[in-house]
Order: sequence, then structure tokens, then C-alpha cells
Amino acid sequence: MKSAGPVLVVITAILALWYLAAVPMNVKEVLTQAERAGAIVDPPSAVERRDTARLPLVMRNPELLGASWSMERARLPAPHQVAQELWASTWDEEVNGRRGIVRSGSLSNRSLVYHGGVTLGATFLGFLIGAGLGVLLAIGIVYSRVMDMSVMPWAIISQTIPIVALAPMIIVVLYSVGLPSLFAKAVISAYLSFFPVVVGMVKGLRSPDAMQLDLMRTYNASGSQSFWKLRLPASVPYLFASLKIGIAASLVGAIVGELPVQRGGLGARMLGGSYYGQTEQIWAALFVAAAMAALLVWFIGWVERRTLTAMGVPQ
Amino acid sequence: MMMVAAALIVWAGMWWLNARIAAGPQRLWASIFVPLSFGVTILIVWELLVRGLNVPNVILPAPSEVYTAFVANMGLLWQDFVQTILKGALAGYLIGICAAIALAIVIDRIDYLRRGLLPIANFMAALPIVGVAPIMVMWFGFGWQSKAAVVVIMVVFPMLVNTVAGLADTTAMQRDLMRTYGAGYWQTLFRLRLPAALPFMFNGMKIAATLSLVGAIVAEFFGSPTTGLGFRINASLGQLALDTVWAVIVVAAISGSLIYGALTLLERWMTFWHPSQRR
Repeated sequence: MKSAGPVLVVITAILALWYLAAVPMNVKEVLTQAERAGAIVDPPSAVERRDTARLPLVMRNPELLGASWSMERARLPAPHQVAQELWASTWDEEVNGRRGIVRSGSLSNRSLVYHGGVTLGATFLGFLIGAGLGVLLAIGIVYSRVMDMSVMPWAIISQTIPIVALAPMIIVVLYSVGLPSLFAKAVISAYLSFFPVVVGMVKGLRSPDAMQLDLMRTYNASGSQSFWKLRLPASVPYLFASLKIGIAASLVGAIVGELPVQRGGLGARMLGGSYYGQTEQIWAALFVAAAMAALLVWFIGWVERRTLTAMGVPQ
Repeated sequence: MMMVAAALIVWAGMWWLNARIAAGPQRLWASIFVPLSFGVTILIVWELLVRGLNVPNVILPAPSEVYTAFVANMGLLWQDFVQTILKGALAGYLIGICAAIALAIVIDRIDYLRRGLLPIANFMAALPIVGVAPIMVMWFGFGWQSKAAVVVIMVVFPMLVNTVAGLADTTAMQRDLMRTYGAGYWQTLFRLRLPAALPFMFNGMKIAATLSLVGAIVAEFFGSPTTGLGFRINASLGQLALDTVWAVIVVAAISGSLIYGALTLLERWMTFWHPSQRR
């Protein structure tokens, strides 16, 4: 915990920089607003202002910049505006809003709780499918030389391919076939989390060295015994390392999968925000996505610690 | 039905052949032939199944149709390649890598920053950073600059984490040796620590290469000029021209593999001394 101090200082510095950057980023809109309110702006014409850089504008109109941190639809909303939007679109919307869970009995479709839930559902479903298939394929690869030789090179090559490019197509095709959009998004999540798990798990199942495998043989252990008692336990640390990568990839897949079909979810919220210039909405969705990723990775880490402790692995 | 049966026969035959080769002695040609024939088998089975089952073109086009679309749209795809890969992804990649290396050297020098920034960088490396794409498109416009900006942000953190880990990868003995030679900080950095960090940096660069393609393509879903791989995917989807979409994906796959291959060659050339590169 000795790094808590420096981390806090760095976060404070980032916030301060953010506030500072908001001034030049928003200066043009702020000056336009001030001009409409009757203030005299230097340079006076909007055309001239458009062609002037942002920093000189800040320098020449220092007394008119009061609205920099409270603009609506700002190019860069200030941190407290994003925090307000976060509060308004989660707690406030659900508890006080007309469509919130308190009054209507169901989550409001304008709240980030609802959209986050949609994304989380697709992430989890996709992650379970992807990780499950990944482990199965890894076992196949470790035990069958043909599969190893034919599938493994492709699994490695596929890591270098921007698989996300497939997302819109998978979504549209599965949607037109009639599958629910949750499942279509889950397919992309599964696809993204599949290969990290395969590669990590193969490495893990192969991690017992020749000495340990020989020992199993001297015990006259059968194939399944040496799998359950040696290979599988030995692969657990590798499995969890790749599960952490996999679940983060799943979340990315779910978010990207929500772009083409606007049926709720954080990705849809971001795209909607970018269509209508609602920057606070984008930032708030971004922060929820970040918090969710952190929580998911932390959750896998927690399960990992519990499992390793239960297995008696020294940590 | 004939074609479906043929697909099954081809699958079984190739599998049997591969199994025979895999069970035999390990040779170099076998390790190339087996995955290659597996890939070809998949393509043949795909082609036969699509034709045999009459799968509509708008759900899954056959490989031959994808190839036709690829050849027919060669000029268009080349423009998209230049726009997305050469302008967006590559510019962002280079800026991001250089920024990350510079930042890593600073962080490595100042211990306070290391303790403050490194946990944040580790945290950021796991986040769905693609989400900044709409903001960058708003700030930098629809051109390639916004894509490069997204790529920079996606690339910086994994590269930073890897470089910092690499810079720490010298033993006290090695650093002492440099000190007995009378080497200063910068000499130690350039002669010992940066070369020692290279394997880690190449690892980071390989991760970053895939991320940069993902970033550049996904950012185009949020707004782009009328060229670019992401734009082409969306536009062709709108026309239900799935064969063109697959052709775009082929382009993305080829460029991803080429960049990865180039990095591997560069790594072999620059870190020839590392145990993993020796033969």
C-alpha cells in the first residue's frame, strides 16, 4: 500500500490537467455564448475566431472564460460535469426518475445501470462460452498431435488479426437469421476471449516437466489420472492469467458488438452520444465501462486467489 | 447433397492424411504441410457446404465469391488499406510507441513517478480503451488523425508497462560492471539497459500491433471519410454485399500478419543475442 500516496498525487495531477485542458478545448463555444450574452469578444467576428488557434483566444479573452467548466455539450466536459452525469444517469434516474426502478418497477432505459447490465450480460455469456470452448480445444491440442500441428499455428496467427473487424458482420448476419441480439453479441465476446484462453491453457497443460510426468508413470497412473491430478492443477495459474485477458477482451467485444444494432448497452450509448454531441454521456459510459472492466478483472483475481489458496499454492 | 457428402469425404480424408503425417517422424516439411493442408481443407469444406446447402449469399459467401470480390475491388481496397493501415494505424502506432518509450525512461528515472504512474498504466492497459473513439472523432474530425489518436491511446499503456519491465531486467552484477567501466547514466542506458529491454519491448510492440489495427478499424465505425476498412465494412454491410465485407477482413488479416511478421524479423535481427532467438 506504499504506492497509494503517489497514485493519489498522479490522479490529482491528471484531474488538474483535465480542468486546465477544458479551458482551451471549450474556448470557442464559450466565447460564442458570451457574445450572445452581450459581451465584447476579441476578435469580434465568428469567422475570424474560427481561424484563430485556441490558446491565443484564451490569452486575449481571459475575463470571459467563466463558463468553461459548465458548458453543455462541451468538447471536453470538466470532471465534475462527468461525475454529475454519472450520478444523474445512475442513482438519480433510477430512484427519482419517472422511468426508474422505484416508480415503474423496471430499470429505466435511459440509465447506465440498465445499459451496463445489457453489456455485462453479453460479456458474461460470451466469456463463459469462449473460455469453455477454449479449455476444451486446449485439452484436445495437448492430447492430439494432429490437432496440435494443424490448429495451433492458426490459433497463433489469429492473434495477429484484428478480429473485431468481424463484429458488425456477425451481428447483422445473426440478427437477420433471427437470433436475439444478446446471443449475437455473446458470439463476438466468445470469439475474442477464446484464443487467449486456448494459448494460455495449452501452455499451462504442458507446464509439468518430464520429471513430473515420469513420476506419474512410475506410479502407474492412467492417462486420465495424470490429467486430473497433474496437468489440470498445474495449468490453473496459467488459466487464470489468460482468463483475466479473456474477460477484458470479452467486454471490448460486447461493446463493439453493440455498435451496429442499437438495442441498448454501453456501446450503443457511446454511439448515441457521438451522434447527438452529448459528450457527457460518452464520458459517463466510458467510465462505467472502465469501472466494469476493473471489477471483472478484480473478480477473476479474487477467484484466482481463493482457488490457489484452496489448492495450497504458496503465494 | 453430393457436395455435402463430398465435403465430409474431403474432411475425413485430409484428417486421416494429417494424422498419418503427424504420427510419423517430426520433420520440418510436416510442420509446414499439416497446418497448411488444414487451412486448405477448411476452405474446401466451406466452399462445398455453402454450395451444397445453398446458403444464401447474404449469410455466408463461399471463399470463391470472396476471392472474386477481392479481385474486383482491388483498387478500392488498396485505398482503404492506405487510409486505415498506412495513415491511421501506422502513424498512431509509431507516435504511441515512441511516446511510451520516452515516458518509460522518465518513469524509470524517477521512482516517485514509477510508484504513482505504473499502477495506473497497468490498470489502463486492461480497460476497453476503444471507447474513446467517439471522443477522438469529435476532437480530430473524420480524417485519419482521429484514428491515429485512438491508436496512440490504445498502444501507449501496454508498451509502457512492457518497456518499464524491460528496463528493470538487468542484474546488479551487470550494472556494477558498467559502473566499474566508469559509465554514466546515459551510457548505461544506451549500452546496457535499453538493449536488455529489447525483448520486452518487442513483446509490447507485437501486442500493440494488433491493438493498433483494432483501434483504427473500430474508430471508423464512429465516423470516417468515404474510404477506410471500417467504413467499407459498414457500407458493404448496408448493401448486404457480404463478399466485399469478407474481402475487407482478408485485407485486415493479411496486414495484421504482415506487420507481425515484419516485427518478428526485426526482433530476430536486433535481439540475435537473446536465448529465445538463438538456433
